[in-house]
Amino acid sequence: MIREPRAKRSSRLSLTQREAIYAYVFLLVPLVFFATIRFYPALQSFRLSLFTWHVDPARRTFVGAQYYQDLLSNPVFHQALTNTLLYAAITVPVSIALGLGIAILLQAVTVGRGWYRAIYFAPYITPAVAIAWVWGWMYNVNFGIFNRIIIEWWDFVEGIGLPWLAIDPQRFLRDPEVALPAVAVVIIWQQLGFQVVIFLAGLQGIPRVFYEAARIDGANPWQLFRHVTIPLLNPVLVFAVVITTINALQLFDQIVNINFTDQGGPLGRTLSIALYMYQEAFSRARLGYAAAVTVVLFLIILVITLVQLRLTQRRVEY
Amino acid sequence: MQRILRTALVLGLLTGLSLSLAQVTLTYWQYDFGTRIDAMNQLIEQFNAENPDVIVVQETFPYDAYEQRVAAATAAGQGPDVVQLFYGWVGSWQRAGYIEPLPQEHIDHAWIEEYFIPMVESVKVGGEYFGLPTAVRSLALFYNKDLFRAAGLDPDAPPQTWDEFVEAAKALTVQRGPLFTQIGYGPGGQDHHLIRTVLMNQLGTPPYSADNREVLYGNEIGAEALRTWTDWQLVDEIGVLEFIPGSGGYRDGFINQENIAMIVDGSFAIGQVRNNAQFDWGVTELPTFDNGVQSNFGSFWMNAVTPRAYRDPAVLEASARFITFVTSEEAMQLWLEVVGELPAARSLVGDPELVSDPVNGPFIAGLAYAEATQFVDEAAQRQVMIDAYNRVLLEGMDPAESIMLEAQADQALLDDFDD
Repeated sequence: MIREPRAKRSSRLSLTQREAIYAYVFLLVPLVFFATIRFYPALQSFRLSLFTWHVDPARRTFVGAQYYQDLLSNPVFHQALTNTLLYAAITVPVSIALGLGIAILLQAVTVGRGWYRAIYFAPYITPAVAIAWVWGWMYNVNFGIFNRIIIEWWDFVEGIGLPWLAIDPQRFLRDPEVALPAVAVVIIWQQLGFQVVIFLAGLQGIPRVFYEAARIDGANPWQLFRHVTIPLLNPVLVFAVVITTINALQLFDQIVNINFTDQGGPLGRTLSIALYMYQEAFSRARLGYAAAVTVVLFLIILVITLVQLRLTQRRVEY
Repeated sequence: MQRILRTALVLGLLTGLSLSLAQVTLTYWQYDFGTRIDAMNQLIEQFNAENPDVIVVQETFPYDAYEQRVAAATAAGQGPDVVQLFYGWVGSWQRAGYIEPLPQEHIDHAWIEEYFIPMVESVKVGGEYFGLPTAVRSLALFYNKDLFRAAGLDPDAPPQTWDEFVEAAKALTVQRGPLFTQIGYGPGGQDHHLIRTVLMNQLGTPPYSADNREVLYGNEIGAEALRTWTDWQLVDEIGVLEFIPGSGGYRDGFINQENIAMIVDGSFAIGQVRNNAQFDWGVTELPTFDNGVQSNFGSFWMNAVTPRAYRDPAVLEASARFITFVTSEEAMQLWLEVVGELPAARSLVGDPELVSDPVNGPFIAGLAYAEATQFVDEAAQRQVMIDAYNRVLLEGMDPAESIMLEAQADQALLDDFDD
């Protein structure tokens, strides 16, 4: 047996311990970075929410939980909260279902798959401001493409003597009942590419042998999807659900830019919590109250994400 | 020889250093707007030449990020010494400590009240002035003379009353089925001011009490003002909000698309119209009701000092000197030429050349009876007005009911601010 030469000059630390120390030393850099630019400001914003806002800390007045009480009884906050949950309730299931569907179809495509992928992904990398502008024009009542089509259709059915088939032009973003779903459509359209790419990667990670084995056992396409694809795609689905939900809860850019003259309007029907927070902070200079809104938004996102993880991240049995 | 050179170099560096130590550097902030930056650069150049002990540096930011930048920078003790802001923001900015009162030892209140037009008093809060403008703005009616001719209207007889305005606008509106291809009046830009300040004052009620503690329009007159305006869209069908999307959509439609025949806009739009409109256009004073009472909404951007300017008496003095310089008559003349905004000094608004100018004239005339409505929280008070007309336009609420809701919400904002 060869003697371990290292044992002689062994320090009090074992190799694994030393490795761990090295690892922590290197980790310290990003850790300090995160602590100073992430955690510390987050804690500060909680602190801010307990004081009236003034640039001079000496002139801030402690108000305790006053802002939290205020926002809980504020109808605009309630509206923003309801809207935000509605955005999530619409965009998450629809964009995931569409994304998964398109990914499965794209998988079957063999010619020009890269092009299709690029086309679906393009909206995702287009600036939200540009998207909001273009969709703002498309939704425009008098010049938008949708009402243009409706009017052409109107003329057509009148021409052939079937005027009862005509549809009225829509107000879209100017209709308090329709504005939020109309904005949700834009968000789904924009996020679709992201979902498609994630699901394509996930699908490609599923070994072919499972499908072949299932087919030999006589599984039909639906059964393949339900019992092979879905369970094996579960980690990807969880990721997509969590990310899309968080995105929906933090919606800001699209809403600000799609209705520029009345942001969050009409009548607050498209207002999101993030936009509400921004308006309170920077249009009204009420940073203390706005900080309270961010703390509440943080708690909401935390709770929803934890619940989602608990519900969806079950161990998959093969 | 080398030693001499070295000594000279060191001496030179030292004197340079001491010179720069004696010099005060002021940081000036305003938002990005081509002609405003240009005008301010010219003023700064003159000021720096005349005041060798001060160097002013201009920094600008996109309008949308402006308040955010000011909040972040001033809270960190950084940012501007002298800052430009909209007069309506004084309430929220001074409460947050972004701006401090102008130093009375350098800028005398008696001088302010003698030199500036009375509108400037709207930024006197708690006995202190919080800023001074280089230029002021009022509203007027821009109209497309070519479209007037095409509609068989006299391009040299623009509407004088709201009834004439509606009649003209009807003639100028073109519909295709249920949609508009051209509208007589393009609402959007300044309409919250048009309703709350102009129409209400014309009908006989100022929107707020003199001490700015009480909302006065929660009544039949307020309802009448709102109804007048919403009827233009609902009954007379002479225009529609968001005809052209975007923050300047109404102006874009007037200037570039040429499918909006009339807009109510501020004098700040003159430059843009003049530079871009490819048609024959005119400006006229805002119409009135049959009672003939005139009213106008005046507003201004102003120069204020931040807490940072107070860090050192020399900086504060230099800041005051700079503000006095950019509000001098010469500066106002330059601003009028470059930006197109009206001068804020009493001595200049009566200038016969300006009064008889076909474009500036109507604005100057409007200035004589314009009021800069005092806001405690301009963003929120604008929103309650927008919501009030949207409730009528989009939800069919009666203007009388909607104006009451608005008055309550507005009153709550005033009450909140006092706390």
